[in-house]
Amino acid sequence: MAEDQGYVALTEGVYYILLALHSPLHGYGIMQWVREVTNERVNLAPGTLYGALNNLLERGWIRAADHSGDKTRKEYCITQEGKQALMEEIRRLEELVQNGRRIMGGMN
Amino acid sequence: MRRSIIKLFMDYEKEEKWLNSLSAKGLQLVHYSFPRYVFDEGEPGEYIYRIQLLENLPTHAESQAYIRFLEDLGVEMVGSYVRWAYFRKKAADGPFELYSDLESRIRHYSQICLMIGVVGGINLVVGITNLINLGTPIAWLNVLAAGLAAIPFTFYGRRMLKLKRSQQIYE
Repeated sequence: MAEDQGYVALTEGVYYILLALHSPLHGYGIMQWVREVTNERVNLAPGTLYGALNNLLERGWIRAADHSGDKTRKEYCITQEGKQALMEEIRRLEELVQNGRRIMGGMN
Repeated sequence: MRRSIIKLFMDYEKEEKWLNSLSAKGLQLVHYSFPRYVFDEGEPGEYIYRIQLLENLPTHAESQAYIRFLEDLGVEMVGSYVRWAYFRKKAADGPFELYSDLESRIRHYSQICLMIGVVGGINLVVGITNLINLGTPIAWLNVLAAGLAAIPFTFYGRRMLKLKRSQQIYE
């Protein structure tokens, strides 16, 4: 979608899916990885994950991995566009945190 | 042992609760053909059940791809009725939800409302047209169906709006 130019906040799910796909993974692998790195805080549900993956594929931020050993399970990986979107988001999040810390003071 | 129960639900979330309460008692849904539920006696609480309105019929290629995706995650489809699909997953694998964010839950409700709206709308138009043009009393059945459709349309719509309000604050 081109109409969301300038609107850069990613959903938490999309953010972690993109991070997970720095190495090729299938659906189950993504869910496991995200659960692990967030200490089980983020549990992507299958319907949400499936919708997000299709959306990201359409947008060209991820693609099907060239060769996945297991043919029945589709593997995905991040594209250059996806990496760019992720970097922009990391910068945005840094700004949020910096401003938050500056106003609210150090965290005890 | 197999057991079958005939039951009608207007609210799929109540239906889900009912299936899960039977699962807790050891009755596991293995088949559904409207309006008959078929259960196998098994381990109490072995499965968690979830119901979803698919975007297409279960036989459609896109639904098939989705169902295969779910199978890879240990989710099994035990039955369907038109676009409604009945899924289950072993409770030992942990919690089982189909959606984990507001956006996808809102989307699901909006698809349900759209489907009910179309069915209700067609019945209303057909009913009124036949009443005016043919004066057939049976056309009142269409009007009645449209009236019935208004009930779930309203409660699903309310749930959707509630989530939309949350979405103004939360993701």
